[in-house]
Amino acid sequence: MTTSNLHMYVMAAPLICALFVNLLGRRSRTYIAPLTLGSLLFSSVTACFVLANALKNGRMSYTVGNWSPPYGIELIIDPLAALMLLLISVVALLATCAALPTVQREHAGKEHLFFTLYLILIAGLMGLVMTGDAFNLYVLLEITSITTYGLIAMGKGRAVLSSFNYIIMGSIGACFYLLGIGYIYILTGTLNMADIATRLPLVQGDAAVATAFAFLIVGLFIKMAFFPLHGWLPHAYSDAPMGAGVMIAPLMTKVTIYLMFRVIFSIFSPDYAFYQHAIIQNLIIWAAAISIIAASLMALAQRDLRRMLTYIIIAEVGYMVGGIWLANTQGLTGALLHIVNDALMTLCLFLAAATILYRIGSLHFDDLKGLYQRMPLTMLAFTIGAFSMIGVPPTAGFFSKWYLILGGIEAGHWEYVAALIFSSLINAILFFRLIEIAYFGNGDHGHGHKQTLPPTGSAPWYMQGSLLVTAVTLIIIGLGSGQLVQGVIKLALPAGF
Amino acid sequence: MEDFITLVIAKYNYWIYVILMMIGFYAMIGKKNLVKKLLGMNIFQTAIILMFVSAGVKKGASIPILDKHEVLTHGIEAAQIVNPLPHVLMLTAIVVSVSITGVALAVILRIYRKYGTLEEDEIMEKLGQ
Repeated sequence: MTTSNLHMYVMAAPLICALFVNLLGRRSRTYIAPLTLGSLLFSSVTACFVLANALKNGRMSYTVGNWSPPYGIELIIDPLAALMLLLISVVALLATCAALPTVQREHAGKEHLFFTLYLILIAGLMGLVMTGDAFNLYVLLEITSITTYGLIAMGKGRAVLSSFNYIIMGSIGACFYLLGIGYIYILTGTLNMADIATRLPLVQGDAAVATAFAFLIVGLFIKMAFFPLHGWLPHAYSDAPMGAGVMIAPLMTKVTIYLMFRVIFSIFSPDYAFYQHAIIQNLIIWAAAISIIAASLMALAQRDLRRMLTYIIIAEVGYMVGGIWLANTQGLTGALLHIVNDALMTLCLFLAAATILYRIGSLHFDDLKGLYQRMPLTMLAFTIGAFSMIGVPPTAGFFSKWYLILGGIEAGHWEYVAALIFSSLINAILFFRLIEIAYFGNGDHGHGHKQTLPPTGSAPWYMQGSLLVTAVTLIIIGLGSGQLVQGVIKLALPAGF
Repeated sequence: MEDFITLVIAKYNYWIYVILMMIGFYAMIGKKNLVKKLLGMNIFQTAIILMFVSAGVKKGASIPILDKHEVLTHGIEAAQIVNPLPHVLMLTAIVVSVSITGVALAVILRIYRKYGTLEEDEIMEKLGQ
């Protein structure tokens, strides 16, 4: 095991275990938990080494199968990719602790199928952050999407419909991305991102390049549920089985935003994306501001914890897209820091939701009364996650929001700054309303909301343990965000920022 | 007008791809039947596959299989060989599209078992009750 291909082990561990989970899990479900947790623990530890290596040696390129780039597929391990690898494996590991008991209850007998898809999805996400080949990115994007369709369709109620809706929307997004790649391939004759970046400035044909750029970006906008194209997300994420939602919700949109960052900076140049089309840049920041406000207002209308969280995810997508398109150091730093923070915040809130669902069998606001007495530790972690979402120091959410606001002021985009502050206020209302219900309400369900709740029981220790670990991580990342920005994110910013 | 017609005729393959893509896009967005939506998605993907494949074509070129001795003595003339890379890419894209169709058909089957219909408005009616 040499250090130059450690990152391959990070990705291979969940992929290979997916096979064994399917084969052995069929026989007895006792194999599933050790295999899944073991592979993800291995990935997390290895990802730590990959990050340490990347910070020490800088950007590294790895050629798969000894076909040298630009013909072969190139993997690029820079500090940001290594950070994303670590983030994905740690979030997946923590989410799995909650997914195991939830899936065991909701899908008894189908656990091996669930975790096969689950692990392939994680491997696909890891591949996405490493790849340096534009077409390979499309294939991995579809691997993650297909597994997500399957996982969502395993849910109850109208989950199959949501899954179908997501299939249609997701395919349009992926096809747009593929079309963009087609245009770029016809223009430059190459698929390697670095090679495209060197050839693209020499290409004649402004309209064709602009079309390619538009197709790529709109395709990714659909995949990340950026505001006017967000229609599929709330249903898909709230109807998905809780065990899948707890992993998909923190990771999918964040990885897609990272991909947008990659497309802008590795394929095109900041000069092309931001300065040559200033109108488009302004439009996107306006769309981000509207997205933040609209999604926050829609979150306010929900009476179910999980649906409320899905609208908050859409608002957060607006934060990060806007932050990247601000095109200044503060905005980019804030957006990249927010990818990390938001993944952990969403994970924290979804883990809390999973634990509550496991214990009381419902996430409707009327059923959450008196939760602080019944589940003090869970609600403590939930409160930390909520504070981070609102942006209360010293939780992580405050610092990235601070950078984003500074970036907005520096760029003079006051509408974006106003949207950020407005969204913080709405988040405060959302979560304090919820905290009030859970703190002051007495435990009886006498408000007409009576339905047969599924069987319940106290959550296993590792479910609450992973939730508490996530909450503590939020505070640690918050306090250490200075080091994170200086040590990793500053290195990841492209030249000129 | 004449310029436009020559443009259409000279690049007719790209026009066909655009028309096919719009048909597929319309079916995905406009049709109420879920199977028709899925077929629209397939047409959409096929249109993209056609665009890639036609981008690799060269007039009068032969298949990309080389005779080793011929190449060693005379070298390769790139203009005489069709570009094989788009075809290879599209093999992957076909695999992807087949897998999505498979997943979508399985999902449609479950929707039919659950709601007894594949018309979107009828399903919405049933959900509203």
